[in-house]
Amino acid sequence: MKANRFFDWLMSREGIYYVLLAFLLVVIFPLALDAFRLNMIGKYLTYAFAALGLVLCWGRSGILSLGQGIFFGLGGYCMAMFLKLEASSPENTAIQSTPGIPDFMDWNQLTALPWFWEPFHSFSFTLIAVVAVPALLALIIAVAMFKRRVGGVYFAIITQAIAAILTILIIGQQGFTGGVNGITDLRTLMGWDIRTDEAKTLLYFVCVGMLFLCLIIGAWVMRSKLGRILLAMRDQEDRVRFSGYDVASFKIFVFCLAAMFAGIGGAMFTLQVGFMSPSFVGIVPSIEMVILCAVGGRNSLLGAIYGALIVNAAKTFFSESFPELWLYGLGVLFIAVVLAFPDGLAGLYRRYVMPLENKLPALLRRSGGNAPTLPVEETK
Amino acid sequence: MSPSNNDFILAVEGLTVSFDGFKAVNDLSLYLEPKEIRVIIGPNGAGKTTVLDLICGKTRATEGSIKFRGKELTRMSEHNIVRSGVGRKFQNPSIYEDLTVFENLEVSYPAGRSVIGALAFKRDAEVIEAVEEVAKTIFLSDMLHQEAALLSHGQKQWLEIGMLLIQKPDLLMLDEPVAGMSVAERKKTAELLRVITENHTVLVIEHDMQFVGDIADRVTVMHQGQVLSEGSIDHVKQDPKVIEVYLGH
Repeated sequence: MKANRFFDWLMSREGIYYVLLAFLLVVIFPLALDAFRLNMIGKYLTYAFAALGLVLCWGRSGILSLGQGIFFGLGGYCMAMFLKLEASSPENTAIQSTPGIPDFMDWNQLTALPWFWEPFHSFSFTLIAVVAVPALLALIIAVAMFKRRVGGVYFAIITQAIAAILTILIIGQQGFTGGVNGITDLRTLMGWDIRTDEAKTLLYFVCVGMLFLCLIIGAWVMRSKLGRILLAMRDQEDRVRFSGYDVASFKIFVFCLAAMFAGIGGAMFTLQVGFMSPSFVGIVPSIEMVILCAVGGRNSLLGAIYGALIVNAAKTFFSESFPELWLYGLGVLFIAVVLAFPDGLAGLYRRYVMPLENKLPALLRRSGGNAPTLPVEETK
Repeated sequence: MSPSNNDFILAVEGLTVSFDGFKAVNDLSLYLEPKEIRVIIGPNGAGKTTVLDLICGKTRATEGSIKFRGKELTRMSEHNIVRSGVGRKFQNPSIYEDLTVFENLEVSYPAGRSVIGALAFKRDAEVIEAVEEVAKTIFLSDMLHQEAALLSHGQKQWLEIGMLLIQKPDLLMLDEPVAGMSVAERKKTAELLRVITENHTVLVIEHDMQFVGDIADRVTVMHQGQVLSEGSIDHVKQDPKVIEVYLGH
């Protein structure tokens, strides 16, 4: 019964979109691209985690966060701290004045590992911290803001300010955080060298797997009654409040969920790229995440993933050719999306491609092919 | 009328709210009996909507008490006031335009109101039955799966009333339910309110005297934040003070 329903869903139009994405990420990219390019795709996909969270938080619930880089960074730093400790074994760091602590601490005249670094010796603690630390900070921010009914532009500005503060804090506390250089020279994960091509390819698949996990959680939330309440809240917050809902608790939930997604993305970034630095925490990456989400379509989970792939690919391409112009290009892209097609690529797809798809079975039948009959199910 | 009388479903006493010194509602008292339809009328700025805001918790009272079935509402959070049985319809239809009529009613259905509850909520036979029953009452049975944005103005007003009905409140507060409706829609709305009061107490703000006469058990006339007159429709219509400030215009 359950399996049957899953199969039905898989054969529905929505299911086919998911299958196509999985096919693209799991089969086409690994076959078509070399290890270096595949690793780049993996890096782009880590931003898609944050974009997925923004679809839930911004597109669905109307809470614009300009600080997803905070949570991306926290997840990334948690993972980097574990990997750095593993790379800083007493044998590897024998030439330091204090062997066994990360190199940047030694350069900053620290003689012992700070207390908050200690638990990151444990891999299971690190895995929990990757989602728990971003979620905890998100919880504090959300409770402080949403219980006081701070929303809209004010909330966006506050998240942006927190992103700036966190960057300044990380850069300023060089001895504890590695400062502006970040945490670099990461080598192994539980003894397994993550710098080889094979390891990077494997990590790419882990990243895709985690992305689909988040995608499915996101889709489940959107389809539940909670998803409909979030949408209702976006349009008529008072009506929801005066229907007996504690609006703040729903906002807190969705903001924390988005933070957890971003945290997982950050951890996958550290694993695949091999370092973490404050330049992935601050205002610019946070705004980039919003742009990815807007370009893909802020109401579409799948759109967010395509948005992350396309915008990041364009970024790589243009910033290789015209490094100074890229940021302006990004700004123009954002303005164009907001003014001309506010529902992003997903909106364009729904408007122009879906009607063609509806005609497709009929066309195939006329030409004598065996057309699969697509049960038409509107996706919202 | 003894204030401690528990026969009243709603007892408002000495209610005052002051916005920077301006008293929008000033020492107002109001008692509603179960299953009564009470209409509040009065000129613009009399404080009618503010009274509803105070009862449902949207605005906090400066002084006074609001007792609903013996429970004090002035310190309760909005969602707890709703959960204890007070429903409020806003002046402009507040419905969820991007959801279907069915989903609008389902979101209002009083189950799965916590985060976890909403995630675990299942659209079972009981929910579907409740939604269909309310849809029938508000004349929208044939439009359950239409997007709410496509409804006419009158239908949106009915839908919002339906969203309150499905919560089974004891007290229903409606702010100008027939504003902008056609004559035929007004008649149907009056009929709808008659059905509703079989099981609910209703507090209505309205300007349309014809409509007020059709539905009201008792009428309260407000002026400058205070009660000017109270009684049957014929009583207030003949009250010289009411004619002076309201009906005479």
